[in-house]
Amino acid sequence: MFADDVLYEFIHSELVNYVTNKKNEDENSKTGDLSPLEYAGFITGFRIIERLTKDWPRFQNELETVKFICTDFWSSVYKKQIDNLRTNHQGVYVLQDNSFRFLNKISGSKQYLEHAPKYVSFTCGLLRGALANLGINCLVTAEIQPMPCCKFHIQVHKGKKIE
Amino acid sequence: MSRQGTRLDAKKVNSELFTLTYGALVSQLMKDYDNADDVNKQLERMGYNIGIRLIEDYLARTGTGRCYDFRDTAEKIQAGFRLYLGISPVITNWSSAGDEFSLQFETNPLTEFVELPDNCLGLKYMNVLTGVLRGACEMVQMDVTSWFVQDQLKGDNVTELRVKFIKRLEDAIPAGED
Repeated sequence: MFADDVLYEFIHSELVNYVTNKKNEDENSKTGDLSPLEYAGFITGFRIIERLTKDWPRFQNELETVKFICTDFWSSVYKKQIDNLRTNHQGVYVLQDNSFRFLNKISGSKQYLEHAPKYVSFTCGLLRGALANLGINCLVTAEIQPMPCCKFHIQVHKGKKIE
Repeated sequence: MSRQGTRLDAKKVNSELFTLTYGALVSQLMKDYDNADDVNKQLERMGYNIGIRLIEDYLARTGTGRCYDFRDTAEKIQAGFRLYLGISPVITNWSSAGDEFSLQFETNPLTEFVELPDNCLGLKYMNVLTGVLRGACEMVQMDVTSWFVQDQLKGDNVTELRVKFIKRLEDAIPAGED
């Protein structure tokens, strides 16, 4: 028996806790700036994807890369695949997870909706970092509603491809 | 989403993800604090928060009962490392009074990708563990403290964590109640 997946949840919530409390001390702002969380996710994603894909054949195109993120990568990290992937074929992808791992233990009502952003910014960074290392420069934002459901919007920066 | 399952080794992904996330956390702390001692303190505090929750998960998973003595506790701590990190530290160097022992780690997934730069020698990279032990034991009425005496990241052969039993905590009855 091996149970290291709870550790990831614990370390993630400590990270969230630390970043949000730190900001409160510093500037007395209520929600504060979540960019350290996003950045922590970015460097984690950037590093891990390189290790995971080193023995994989090269992805054919952008869509294949995003599909890989939705299936293999997502299911190893978040225990399930992305439920829905949509794209306009012009660099915008919407990844929908109907029961996002960091939100599905929080009460589903609107009461805690204002706290939700801090639980998704690490993952936004994780996605951005993973895609950046696979050669896709992008912007990732999240949209939450209703609660355990989360949509990640990926907007690829055209013309700034790093090969 | 046609393909079911995964071709990645989920176990490996998870443990590396955890390692790298922890690394990102430590580097964020190093950025925020100038002083390595403050970082160590902060890591201990986070460990404590993790420990007080982790013990419930541990008890639920293993169905462990009460500890017979501190040696028994040591074995259960060792079992915890096996369960959560997949490593079995060696229990050794018992004090004659039986209230102090060392855990020796030959390998450690958390430090797998870590190299300490020269300006971070004050940093106790694994200090989160001391907090986890303190938090977890406190929840089962034991006051313990622990500290690192050897660290592979600083050139020692093994990493050695010394654990000391301080006292049994009694349930405190709120003032005014009999």
